[in-house]
Amino acid sequence: MKKIFKTLSNRYIVFMPVLLVLVVAQVETYSQLTTSGTFGAAVRLAIPILLAGLGGLYSEKTGVVNIGLEGMMIMGTWFGAWGGYTFGAWQGVFIGMLGGALFGLIHAIATVSFQVDHIVSGVAINILAAGVARFLNVIAFKDVQYASSTASPRIQGDIEIFTMPFLAGGKIGESETFNLLGTIENLDIFLLSDISAFFLGFLSNISYLTLFALALVPVSVLVLWFTPLGLQMRSVGEYPAGSESLGVNVYLMKYIGVTISGAFAGLAGSYLVVAGTGTYLEGQTGGRGFIGLASMLFGNYKPFGVLMGSGLFGFADALQLRSPQSVHGLLIVISIFLLILTFKTFLEKKYKVSIFSFLFSAAFLLWFMNSTSIPNQFVYFTPHITTLIVLSFANQRIKLPEKIGVPYKKGEIN
Amino acid sequence: MKMRFRVISLSAPIIALTISFGLSSLILLVIGKDPYETFRIMFEYGSTGKSIVSIINRSIPLYISAIAVAVGFKMGLFNIGVEGQYLMGTLVAAYIGAQFSIVTPIHILFIIIVAVVVSSMWAAIAGYLKVEKGIHEVISTIMLNYIGTGLIAYSLTTLFDEPNSNYDLPRTAELPETGKMPSLNKFFNIEDLQDLHGFLAVAILVGILYYWLVWKTTLGFDLRITGSNPIAAKFSGINPKRLVVIAMIVSGAFAGLVGLAPLLGYFHRYTIDFPTGLGFAGIGVALLGRNHPFGMAVGALLFAFLQRSAQILDLNDVPKEIEKMMQAFILLIVVVFYEVIRRFIVKQQIKDASKRTDE
Repeated sequence: MKKIFKTLSNRYIVFMPVLLVLVVAQVETYSQLTTSGTFGAAVRLAIPILLAGLGGLYSEKTGVVNIGLEGMMIMGTWFGAWGGYTFGAWQGVFIGMLGGALFGLIHAIATVSFQVDHIVSGVAINILAAGVARFLNVIAFKDVQYASSTASPRIQGDIEIFTMPFLAGGKIGESETFNLLGTIENLDIFLLSDISAFFLGFLSNISYLTLFALALVPVSVLVLWFTPLGLQMRSVGEYPAGSESLGVNVYLMKYIGVTISGAFAGLAGSYLVVAGTGTYLEGQTGGRGFIGLASMLFGNYKPFGVLMGSGLFGFADALQLRSPQSVHGLLIVISIFLLILTFKTFLEKKYKVSIFSFLFSAAFLLWFMNSTSIPNQFVYFTPHITTLIVLSFANQRIKLPEKIGVPYKKGEIN
Repeated sequence: MKMRFRVISLSAPIIALTISFGLSSLILLVIGKDPYETFRIMFEYGSTGKSIVSIINRSIPLYISAIAVAVGFKMGLFNIGVEGQYLMGTLVAAYIGAQFSIVTPIHILFIIIVAVVVSSMWAAIAGYLKVEKGIHEVISTIMLNYIGTGLIAYSLTTLFDEPNSNYDLPRTAELPETGKMPSLNKFFNIEDLQDLHGFLAVAILVGILYYWLVWKTTLGFDLRITGSNPIAAKFSGINPKRLVVIAMIVSGAFAGLVGLAPLLGYFHRYTIDFPTGLGFAGIGVALLGRNHPFGMAVGALLFAFLQRSAQILDLNDVPKEIEKMMQAFILLIVVVFYEVIRRFIVKQQIKDASKRTDE
């Protein structure tokens, strides 16, 4: 018995909810939990968080904490909308990236050249970005129809949509093909249908921009771990003085890292506009830059880890948008999960934690039984509370870059 | 000797202000407006008697918010969640305060206590998450802001909504007369102007309390030593975990007062359009004022002045959002120059010391 619970150590207990969700999804009322539609929405909603998280990775691997991701993302949304309105969708994406990169550069100047505290600079960047976006929007779209001080007009055109032939029923030329995964999903077989739905979410009606963003995950692995540039960047985050002695240009590496970080955040912002709302709206980033940072921490500073983390947040976000009713189903998931945690901590003799998880488990069970849905105001912060819960479980095993957040001055050993 | 460094330190905000005004002028030129004329109109409008009262009223919550942030900053703790904390505290205080009526001073004191307790409890969550779960306070407080906003929206439409109200939007019941803070107009003999919020007195007390707390108590000493050298602090027997939670609670307690100036002085109830953003603005003021009670007062007045005087710009066909840009410029440039000047002073001190040893 003890052995079983040991394998359920912190590392794996995070995946328990996945299994529970699968089980709960078999109930008709909560079947929305694992449809291809939900997974498709989850992918779309996860991408901005993924991109922000990858952005954070580039910066933090070179030792610069980037709390300013949110602000760089705001720049991405505005420049993306402006570029999209003036030139077209893809141009908007590119211009949004440049906007983010510009603010990344400002963060780099402040933190690297002037050695300002990284968090202070990041906070200042966030405030600056909010002000600049507001100002630019007022200036640029003053006399344009359908624009206001907090919203831009719609962008021109759209990004093309892709559906995989044979697997997801996409077209080849003009002819329709067989929809294999869709057929399996409709058969309602336990697990198999859910898994097909999961892959269908990735392969059906997916924007090329989404594919591009997903491709950046393996690209980031390649760049950071398999190129000389990546090695230099990572070495600067671990031991700048040592890198300097080997001839690495520490400042340059940090500049590159933070500017790329800004470009990723800008891309994340322009994705929200170009593949999402179609207009810039004030406050539309909604803390996703910070959630991106959280997914980076959850992913233990690895690109595929970031992908998983952002997927989780995207899933939570998708549920609240598509089917608030299924979020209600999550209550029982949380309750059972906490009950498992109660046993686990009891066996580990952490009685205080055990009692607390038991009480919370009971509370969630009561809530589940005495209601049929969750108030939509609660549903709105599902991703944020998910962030806190996930980080609570994930944080114990994180390996931070050695010199993260430490300002480095040439010639000083610290 | 020390005097010289003090003068040099002061130059940082002055340089930052000059550059920010320069940058803003440049932007005004780019969009085809006359910067001199714009600033002249702003100053003229901002210095009328009415404007001065408005500026002081605006600066009260900014100042208190800055102090809440500064308590954390003093030990290197970033409480970005003042925003959520004050909104939660204000909502609950507005609701409970409207339920009964007693003599004014006790009623107001009671409302203050409720707001302070609620806000500090909300802040304590972030402290707990940092100490027990290792979640950085910037992430946890931001997430708690969103969660708080959702909770407020929910409880305002259900639990705290004014019963039998004929008003469309959800709002709490109005505070009874005894729960309203009297204005200071009689005291200053300016009865022809709009109300000068009585909460000004509380803000001044808060400033003094903050000074006493940080520079005259053991807790303040612990905060400052942890902020400047965490390792030394640990060896001197300070429990950093305990200190984080305490600092968070104290910071949240100050945050509880932020929303009370508009609540007790003007709104008298919590509505959907209750002022937000004061928590984030406070971060800027704290950075600008370098966590010093006097510096932050100047910073709060400056930001309040910019906000008020920008109101006139729309009438002159200049987008008033230029004010938001200016605040942000000042902020970013000032943090850079504080660092530059800090390094310069350290260098000078080393030079002076080596000169003395040479002699």
